Amino acid sequence: MSGILRPGAAVEMAHGGGGMATTRLIREIFARHFANPILDQGHDAARLNLPHGRIVMSTDAHVISPLEFPGGDIGSLAVHGTINDVAMGGAVPVALSAAFIIEEGLPLETLDHIAASMGAAARKASVPIATGDTKVVERGAADGLFITTTGIGLIPEGIEIAPERIAPGMAILLSGTLGDHGVAILSQRQGLAFGTTIESDSAALHRMVGDMLAAAPSIACLRDPTRGGLSATLNELAEAAGVSMTLKEAAIPVRPEVAGACELLGLDPIHIANEGKLVCICPPEQAEAVLNIMRAHPEGRDAAQIGAVGAHAAPGTPGLLRMETLIGGMRVVDWLAGEQLPRIC
Amino acid sequence: MKYVSEFRDPALAQSLATAIAREADPARSYAFMEFCGGHTHAIFRYGVQDLVPSNVRFVHGPGCPVCVLPMRRLDDALELAERHGVILATYGDMMRVPGSGRRSMLTARSAGADIRMVYSPLDALALARDNPDRQVVFMGIGFETTTPATGMAILTARAQGLANFSVFCNHVLTPPAMAHVLAAPGVALDGFLGPSHVSTVIGAGAYRPLVAHYGRPLVIAGFEPLDVLQSVLMLIRQVNEGRQEVENQYSRVVTEAGNTKAQGVIEEVFALRETFEWRGLGSVPDSARAIRPELADFDAEARFAISEKQSREVKSCECPAILRGVKQPKDCKLFGKACTPETPMGACMVSSEGSCAAYYTYRRVETMAEMEAAE
Ligand code: SF4
Repeated sequence: MSGILRPGAAVEMAHGGGGMATTRLIREIFARHFANPILDQGHDAARLNLPHGRIVMSTDAHVISPLEFPGGDIGSLAVHGTINDVAMGGAVPVALSAAFIIEEGLPLETLDHIAASMGAAARKASVPIATGDTKVVERGAADGLFITTTGIGLIPEGIEIAPERIAPGMAILLSGTLGDHGVAILSQRQGLAFGTTIESDSAALHRMVGDMLAAAPSIACLRDPTRGGLSATLNELAEAAGVSMTLKEAAIPVRPEVAGACELLGLDPIHIANEGKLVCICPPEQAEAVLNIMRAHPEGRDAAQIGAVGAHAAPGTPGLLRMETLIGGMRVVDWLAGEQLPRIC
Repeated sequence: MKYVSEFRDPALAQSLATAIAREADPARSYAFMEFCGGHTHAIFRYGVQDLVPSNVRFVHGPGCPVCVLPMRRLDDALELAERHGVILATYGDMMRVPGSGRRSMLTARSAGADIRMVYSPLDALALARDNPDRQVVFMGIGFETTTPATGMAILTARAQGLANFSVFCNHVLTPPAMAHVLAAPGVALDGFLGPSHVSTVIGAGAYRPLVAHYGRPLVIAGFEPLDVLQSVLMLIRQVNEGRQEVENQYSRVVTEAGNTKAQGVIEEVFALRETFEWRGLGSVPDSARAIRPELADFDAEARFAISEKQSREVKSCECPAILRGVKQPKDCKLFGKACTPETPMGACMVSSEGSCAAYYTYRRVETMAEMEAAE
């Protein structure tokens, strides 16, 4: 093939110049891998026919390093991350946009891999990448590749996902093991090789969410515990809803390899980022049914009830997250102070 | 799937808790100091105090290397990076510790100083090799656990003829600090939970003179919550039976003699300082290491002229008293208000092994409520 993908070829400033090189880059890499009827119309702005109703819109910038990691890459992550953000609003994702900031010198082969994986993730999720943009910046002005994706989705009738609806007595469910993504990334980083085979959990959760909401429309809240991990997600929700929450450490699923790696690094899985997990808060009488639906999906195989919502916090005080520890003591579960682990999403 | 190791088994924890409740004499109280910050962290992380009766009290000791480093030494390290233009290589937990004027390595770095976070002194050696035209100084800090690795780095640097590598040595010793705590007025201790990792290096035997001299029991304890509970039970039994012995709960790792190879490296590379300043404890004789004169080429204090300076602690920070075990974080007016892990005023709030950070992270609500009640 006389295409741009010659061995050893890299992205050059000309690929972002808007001329022939740009057109070829888009045609031979992005359009080829993302092909779908909306994108193929070739307009600057994608046209979508949507029914009337409530629309959610969400955007997420991805700057992860390394670009490729066990269980995924920045491309699949950018698709899954935004689909999940839309799904956590209770919506059915309709389309994505993708913007690429590419550092001069990125091997075209790497870009091609990532675009292929991105296209595959979008096809598997049945959510088209409807429009996009590409910019090339000088060496040093970015680190390889940054991708921003935006997604829109439609909220079905009768669904109302909002932290304010969290009420005392509700069950707190988690769709699977904690910490897989963050530890998979850390294990790739130089100087932190501990020879594990932990893979990122990066996955699109919208189908599982669709089934959960169809069976239990009274689910109060959904969130994906990404940056800051489960502790940040639940602290946020407890604060927004003005309630206390109590977790049972023994009920929280963590892979032994992840637990071991965390121990070595002095980290707590509860603070580590996930990219394919969700927290669901629902009325207690529906917990079992929702768990069964989650467990029927591969992404929810290890779903478990990990705690319950307690009383309303006293007026003027923030909600509080506590945990019964493995040995039966109680403690506060705090936000992580100080720096987050850098660039894991 | 779940991570419940045998050292965290809830049923075993309950049976130990029951034994402690049965054997602890309600007519008296027990105050045990866990010397090591790692134990402090485990006690809070697992809520161990909820499993023991209220007359059994943990007193948190000075075994947090970052916490006991006097501000002056941190200021000296900042000077090395800023005035002498070296690459300063340091463990990550030093980065946020506030020095004089609330400046930290992190603020110095954003102001242009070349400060790099490393995971081991070997990373610092690699920095020296990769930057032959720069001086690289490794900030050596910690108890007997980290001292051998620093020593190995110095021996490697000598073997490889690395002329641009040196160590700013702040390594300290555990037994002299314990003796200092016991000799100081104001702390009534009934016994020590001895450190886990330090003891693997120095061995159980290292504590015998101390225990004989001061007549307080010491149980070397592992890091897991069940280790801590079992060690508490062993201490209670010693107290009840009037024994004062060194016992080794952590015998799956710690031996009587310790790691003689590691001790050999320490002896080869380091001498004892006559005295060393500890934050909280003041000057403690024979409590710290210095690099031997014959290895002065690798001693940052010999290589660079570090200026005399007056370092000033934040006035109302109670770290010094907390590190001696005579006060608790709730006795500090700044706790949870001006001083939080995000805006630390003292070292005890920075390190995850510090008492203030442990109280803030795991028992904030209770502690703040006690503070309010006391006002
Ligand atoms: S709360 Fe902060 S200021 Fe107070 S003693 Fe602890 S570290 Fe020092």
